[in-house]
Amino acid sequence: MEALSTLWFILIAVLWTGYLILDGFDLGAAMMMKTFAKSEKEQRVLLNSFGPVWDGNQVWLLTAGGATFAAFPLWYASLFSALYVPLTLALLALILRAVSIEYRGKVNSQRWRNTWTWFLSLGSAVAAFCVGAMLALTTTGMPINDNGDNVGGAFAWVNVYAIVGGLAILGFAYLQGLLFTALKTHGEMRVRARAHAKKLLPLLVLFAAVWVLIVQFKFGNIAGAVIIGAAVIAAVLTWVSIGENTELRAFLFNGIFLAAGVASLFVNIYPRVLPSTLDDAHSLTVTSASSSDYTLGVMLIVTVIFLPIVLGYTVYSYRVFARRIHEKHLPPAHSVPVAIASHHA
Amino acid sequence: MDPVLIGRWQFGITTVYHFWMVPLTLGLGLLVAILQTMYTRTGDEKWLRATKFWGKLFLVNFIMGVATGIVQEFQFGMAWSEYSKFVGDVFGAPLAMEALIAFFLESTFLGLWIFGWGRLSKRAHLTVLWCAVIGAWISAYFIIVANSWMQHPVGVEMVDGRPVMTDIWAVLTNNTAIAAYTHTLAGALACGAAFMLGIAWYHLYRRRKDGIDTVDEKGRVVVGEDLAVPGRDKKDHAVWIKSLRIGGWAAVIAFAAVAITGDIQAKLMYEQQPMKMASAEAACTDGTSFSVLTIGIPDSNHCDDTKTLIEVPGLLSFLVHTNFTDEVPGVQTLLPEYEEKFGGVIPDDPMYRDYAGQKVDYQPLMIVTYWGFRFMIGFGSLGALFAAYALFATRKGTVPSSKFLAHLSLWGIAAPFIANSAGWVFTEMGRQPFVVAPNMGEDGVDGVMLYTAAAISPSVSAGAMLFSLVALTLLYGGLMVVEFILIIKYARGGVAAAMPELETSGRKPSAEHEDDDVLSFAY
Repeated sequence: MEALSTLWFILIAVLWTGYLILDGFDLGAAMMMKTFAKSEKEQRVLLNSFGPVWDGNQVWLLTAGGATFAAFPLWYASLFSALYVPLTLALLALILRAVSIEYRGKVNSQRWRNTWTWFLSLGSAVAAFCVGAMLALTTTGMPINDNGDNVGGAFAWVNVYAIVGGLAILGFAYLQGLLFTALKTHGEMRVRARAHAKKLLPLLVLFAAVWVLIVQFKFGNIAGAVIIGAAVIAAVLTWVSIGENTELRAFLFNGIFLAAGVASLFVNIYPRVLPSTLDDAHSLTVTSASSSDYTLGVMLIVTVIFLPIVLGYTVYSYRVFARRIHEKHLPPAHSVPVAIASHHA
Repeated sequence: MDPVLIGRWQFGITTVYHFWMVPLTLGLGLLVAILQTMYTRTGDEKWLRATKFWGKLFLVNFIMGVATGIVQEFQFGMAWSEYSKFVGDVFGAPLAMEALIAFFLESTFLGLWIFGWGRLSKRAHLTVLWCAVIGAWISAYFIIVANSWMQHPVGVEMVDGRPVMTDIWAVLTNNTAIAAYTHTLAGALACGAAFMLGIAWYHLYRRRKDGIDTVDEKGRVVVGEDLAVPGRDKKDHAVWIKSLRIGGWAAVIAFAAVAITGDIQAKLMYEQQPMKMASAEAACTDGTSFSVLTIGIPDSNHCDDTKTLIEVPGLLSFLVHTNFTDEVPGVQTLLPEYEEKFGGVIPDDPMYRDYAGQKVDYQPLMIVTYWGFRFMIGFGSLGALFAAYALFATRKGTVPSSKFLAHLSLWGIAAPFIANSAGWVFTEMGRQPFVVAPNMGEDGVDGVMLYTAAAISPSVSAGAMLFSLVALTLLYGGLMVVEFILIIKYARGGVAAAMPELETSGRKPSAEHEDDDVLSFAY
């Protein structure tokens, strides 16, 4: 039944949107540790602003991946194998980034911290770029044959669309990071984050705009165009909200901007899930790539039950950590003492 | 170079590595939750200290499991796209459920736990830890359901040459999955328990060596203190002896559960994958004896090249049939059966591409299955023996002053980890040449199978695969060193490493009366 696979196509879009909005801000704030923070203390403020929630945010990526596997195995198989090289880079970056968050403060040495800060910032940037490139290519297509296999070689993914998409998500994540920092910190950092967001917003949303317009012109339909209009309004409202110093609103409008942008992409490429640049007859579609109705139905029931529960405790966790943080809240760095010491030996 | 071989090495390396971190997360997580439950119930500070110390080591390890876990979900599609297409209808569901039902729970609540000290009420803070631990245990269930389907496909019917799910309940209650899940969890608990036992032993040993604790003429401990070293007070002794005893008991229970569930699994394996069982025994001919030592030419899989030196008559039949007389079929009996059932070559079907017509060897690598099986049982037994001895040796309140035993307790931590890895290598390589093994027994669906050679991504070159194999292996190797350094550093630091307040002043550590302005924990 086409309705069920279409519903799953929408749910996949929702999962990606959830991932980009939520992990977006911690990817951005992690990048900012290298570009925005002026001191070790400011780096720690950034790190601790997303510290309690980043891991939950990243699960959206795993869920989007897993749900694609379950609902559209052919899409999952074709896309992931076609993008073998950029996904390998994304994985290396995500591993380094995750470990950096946990290990950076575990040894009280500036060199140790600097090393992990580099891995964290750079890893976050590479991960954001690669995820963006991957999503761009599933909207603009890959040279896939009738078996869904990429026939363009290991570097078929290197094209202008991938770069635009990569920069789009990089820019969006950075803007989310700035807005999140404005929302979560006190004093000078808050003011500065707001100023940066206002100044950089046009540049940071530029590539996202280019991407959605490319897809609109390639596959476009009216509904897509209307949704793009909504995205433009959301971006303007984000900008206005920053000017009015209403940070929560700015953060939420930027999320709506992203959601509308993603929605326009998915609406425009529908019913394709991965277009073939060789022959549209080879394009994977919601019906040709999907699982059986039984599997889609089972997964729908599971999602309907568990997604609201997940959203419920996610909101709870954000509320527990709602407080803004400031340098003065941070306990001093702690050197691990040596209980087993040589002075007794 | 053959992409299949590179892909298999990559899957093996990343999975075995991932499964060094995961059992410790599963096992130690449960133990930390128990410690914090004791603290919440009694309010006794020794439990708080134990929770903080083991919790710190838990987190150093946890993150590596998270980081390497992402690779696991992605590489099915990346390197094994034909596999993903073939099994997607049934195999993707448990993976998606794992993320949605388990990973969110685990990650969100662990964040709440890490940063929740002093911010949540004592009871709420304990609850979030239990939620995270339960999340981890549920995630193990779903991934084992997925894996077990590859060992014993159920709940599907073949439509157009691909399995289509017809019964999710059958997939979720696959007998292979239930046996493997309980076996794996018991193995994981053994890892956490041995870890706790080994490190606690070492701290008690150091307290004795440093002259802090002594024993009286009856061998009972006389607890002392050395206030010059952070955290080395009288309470410190209680932290370690309690940890050691809890670790010891948990290990004994876990190893017993491993044996029971392993026995159930072996009986299922004999029915479902008899060739794996025969290979595990290096049993060329039918028989009733369990091989204790069989030697052969290492790179030969040929039956004429092996010789059994020591064996226990009847034991194999006992393990499989619970009697001493029914014969268990050997490789030479099974090979013709397999060839008759599945043919001597990969079928001439478009889905098998270039691999169609290739000759198939239905016998897994005997040296790997044979020794994998024995390393699993051998190291598991060594760990169990040491745990039982530890409980006896520490009954009077501290450890013997022997340096050798202290080192043995630390090296003993490795035993369950080696057993786990050996078990997985055995069961996964024993599945070859299939990635989805066909059912040989009575239950399960007939004719569902996929040759490993046909599962690889056709579009990924050997070069690209080699690049990722090298990059991931180097990164994993480097991170392993870092994790070891941190674990050793924090383990040596003792409780004060996880509780700065023990060092800085005489201020009583308390989760409830934290200064409002300063976070009780921050990265």
